[in-house]
Amino acid sequence: MEGTVFKYGDNVDTDVIIPARYCTSFHKEELAPHCLEDLDATFVNRVNKGDIIVGGRNFGCGSSRENAPLAILGAGVGAVVAESFARIFYRNSINVGLPIFECPEAVRAARESDRLRIDINKGEITNLTSGGSYTASPFPARIREIIDVGGFEEYVRRRLSEQQP
Amino acid sequence: MSQTIAQKIFACHAGKDKVEVDELVFAKLDMVLGTDVTVPLSVEVFRRMGAKEVFDPKKVVLVNDHFVPAKDLAAAGLSKTMREFAKEMGVFNYFEVGRSGICHVLLPDEGLVKPGDLIVGADSHTCTYGALGAFSTGIGSTDMAAAWAIGELWFRVPATIKVEVNGDLPEWVGGKDVALFIIGQLGVEGALYKTLEFTGNAISNLSMDGRFTLCNMAIEAGGKAGIVPPDKKTAEFMAQFPEIHYEPLLSDPDAEFIEEHVFDVSDLKLQVAKPYLPSNAVGVDEVKGIKVDQVVLGSCTNGRLSDYQMAADAMKGRSVHPDTRLIVIPSTRDVYLELLDSGLAEVFTEAGAVIGPPTCGPCIGGHMGILAENEVGLYTTNRNFVGRNGHPSSQVFLAGTAVAGATAVAGEIAHPDDI
Repeated sequence: MEGTVFKYGDNVDTDVIIPARYCTSFHKEELAPHCLEDLDATFVNRVNKGDIIVGGRNFGCGSSRENAPLAILGAGVGAVVAESFARIFYRNSINVGLPIFECPEAVRAARESDRLRIDINKGEITNLTSGGSYTASPFPARIREIIDVGGFEEYVRRRLSEQQP
Repeated sequence: MSQTIAQKIFACHAGKDKVEVDELVFAKLDMVLGTDVTVPLSVEVFRRMGAKEVFDPKKVVLVNDHFVPAKDLAAAGLSKTMREFAKEMGVFNYFEVGRSGICHVLLPDEGLVKPGDLIVGADSHTCTYGALGAFSTGIGSTDMAAAWAIGELWFRVPATIKVEVNGDLPEWVGGKDVALFIIGQLGVEGALYKTLEFTGNAISNLSMDGRFTLCNMAIEAGGKAGIVPPDKKTAEFMAQFPEIHYEPLLSDPDAEFIEEHVFDVSDLKLQVAKPYLPSNAVGVDEVKGIKVDQVVLGSCTNGRLSDYQMAADAMKGRSVHPDTRLIVIPSTRDVYLELLDSGLAEVFTEAGAVIGPPTCGPCIGGHMGILAENEVGLYTTNRNFVGRNGHPSSQVFLAGTAVAGATAVAGEIAHPDDI
């Protein structure tokens, strides 16, 4: 995938990703118009399909709301690259299929509006604007297995169907 | 191999003798908590998974607390979905509006959590139950659907940071001040992916209410869980449920901690966290005099009888300042009854406060007390991120209940001794 960088700082929290006042919906199309509204009101008007959010440390801290990665997906974002992710956001992103990459070097080198290319399977991030190449921390093997079967929902679906007589 | 409490809990729930830090395990769950705001998405995912029934109707708890009483049509729909799902699945522990309350105060008081348990909840403050020596952590809606379907989830066994807190707490200073101070020291990501284990004589002497407050805030340091080793006070709390049997687990004396911190709180000042991070903790003196439009007293962090008593003591019989609003939210029906029995409901009402129904409302900027443009709040809640409690230009200072009571009377951030 290839997209334009929208760069933000440390501790981008779930309240700014999608404020609770919109969390009476959990459908990504309805959440999308409000994605990052309280942090960057122009974001949803500027973002194009496949663009990439670059955050600092502790991206997605705060609430357990799965509406947060759903809002980002709904806005058309292709991936989030950050120095580190908050724990629940990390799980939720894997579970809803939002590609996330932990890669401090790529974050530090990326500037607003740079073009990034990401090989999702290999975790290879190339900054097409500056020319730098980086490799994100790989997912642990057992998480990789869950991602490879199509996510946790599919993993559980298969497990349940195997249990049927 | 020596193990921490967290390792022991994961080992016994994963059917192993021991587990290593960073090992990925599937572990069986003792309780799975959901609320009106996270359950409906889980119900959709649960159905897509092809699940027909929950793994154990006694180990699922569903609580109406976030947007209740229904703040609008959409919220009414969320509760309706949860209500119908609870009936369909025969969920034992479904809590309806009026018989419900803020989940993290409700569950321990209902005897639904115990030392040694492995608990997940689709609410980030699920870490509260670590106060009882359980391992308890937040998850999202897909994880909750999976937990309902198969009764277990994958976990990466976390490393543990030991935080030893010693000394006698000064007057007015309580669990919230200790929590804000520690988060200020560690930072909002200081415990990312890790467990915080709280020890030391200040923790031994801390009341159960204070321990719930402390562990509730573990997530604000990024923690996966906060745990207080079960002791005499834990046993006293659990004694109200004689039918519940449990085995308290303690870290081995030579268990490995990834970090160890030692703090002395003998001279700890009342703490206030400035906008827009819970880690912006300073002594109250540094922010005294800042005008406050609204004080919120309550939440899963500070919503127990002793919290309201402390606030009332700090108010010293005075009225709420004419330019300030005080919103008091009893966290559960039982706490509401305690406010009535103790006379505190009358004290707050006569002072000019409004008492709302049990809800998370103002803490999440949902309803029942939203901040307008440029307004300033002082809240006993747990987060003060941009826009969380209302307009993105509004500001929230976080504090314990003594500062909240004093501030409501003074109309500006104040120490109880100034009243």
